[in-house]
Amino acid sequence: MLASSGKLDRRELTRALLADRGDMLVIAGLGAPAWDITAVGDRAENLPLWGGMGGAAMIGLGLALAQPRRKVLVLTGDGEMLMGIGSLATIAVQRPANLSIVVQDNEHYGETGMQETATKHGVDLVTMAKGAGFKHTLFVTKPEEVPALREAIHAGRGPFFAVAKIDEASKKLVLPPREGAFLQARMREAVLGPEAHHQL
Amino acid sequence: MDQNAIDKAPDAAAAWPDQIYGLLKKHDIRQVALVPDAGHSRLIKRCLADNGMKVVTLTTEEEGVAMLLGTWLGGEKGILLMQSSGVGNVINMLSLSILHRTPMPMLVTMRGDFGEFNPAQVPMGEATQAVLEAMGTLVKRADTPADIEPTVDATIRLAFNTYRPTATLIGQRIIGAKTFGKD
Repeated sequence: MLASSGKLDRRELTRALLADRGDMLVIAGLGAPAWDITAVGDRAENLPLWGGMGGAAMIGLGLALAQPRRKVLVLTGDGEMLMGIGSLATIAVQRPANLSIVVQDNEHYGETGMQETATKHGVDLVTMAKGAGFKHTLFVTKPEEVPALREAIHAGRGPFFAVAKIDEASKKLVLPPREGAFLQARMREAVLGPEAHHQL
Repeated sequence: MDQNAIDKAPDAAAAWPDQIYGLLKKHDIRQVALVPDAGHSRLIKRCLADNGMKVVTLTTEEEGVAMLLGTWLGGEKGILLMQSSGVGNVINMLSLSILHRTPMPMLVTMRGDFGEFNPAQVPMGEATQAVLEAMGTLVKRADTPADIEPTVDATIRLAFNTYRPTATLIGQRIIGAKTFGKD
């Protein structure tokens, strides 16, 4: 699970977190997290984002509030989380037990030329989440810590927030479907059944 | 309402805030995302008192647009309440509604619109309708109290029946402009 840098490999981490995921719903932030969940296995319970930077965690909140009995995971990058950092306050106040947010932190904007993000310069997202009011958090850097991270995501004692420091290298592009209406409709059908398309 | 507050709330006798609340119930709106505005203050109180509604106070309006996508993914209906200045904060996030064809009704109380006192409100107030429409939002204005109920009803219906962002702009003429005694 380690890259040659000694840091976690993002795709192996994603694979481990999504193993035996049950009916968990996954929102992936635009860019590499969206490619990662698709590489692990594209399916109706995935919503890989193509845009809306800064919105992934809040999409997770709306979904978690609408479906309180289902686990919801937001898997996103450090740049995307920083852009929507205020949403940590919004989510902490709502306290959805079924929502987890995991930031795959490579300390760079990976899609735009690997410019450094604020986390490269000491900004600590876990501390920010704690300050917002998240009671359950984890900071993960080693493979032996990943099982506890997976366990926390599946435990339903949220809201849960974690940062996993990962190797910065980009992986092979595995693109999800680009048709947003399809991505939305298939997740709604996975959640609501065929009647999703007949809602009045 | 605090008499020293910079924004103006609807007159206590005005029926329209309660009419909007009634429409939210009629359309089974379960999630209400908002950045507070004095113009929406009574409506917000009604929503907070309703156990069937989840009221989410946002740090910035764009959070609400993202949230409405999640709301719809999970099979509920939501709405975003904000002031015209907040419309400037949601522009890029509205891409989600167009891309995914997500119903996103918005109720916007206008500032910088009719007899405004605060010069800072005017630039965004002037731009509100234009930027919403530039992002594909179907916008209708309500400039008299009697306009509000049918216009908000149409805005909610249009969002959920045709899968897109829609907005009612509630004119400042209805709410009035605060003047700090400088009439």
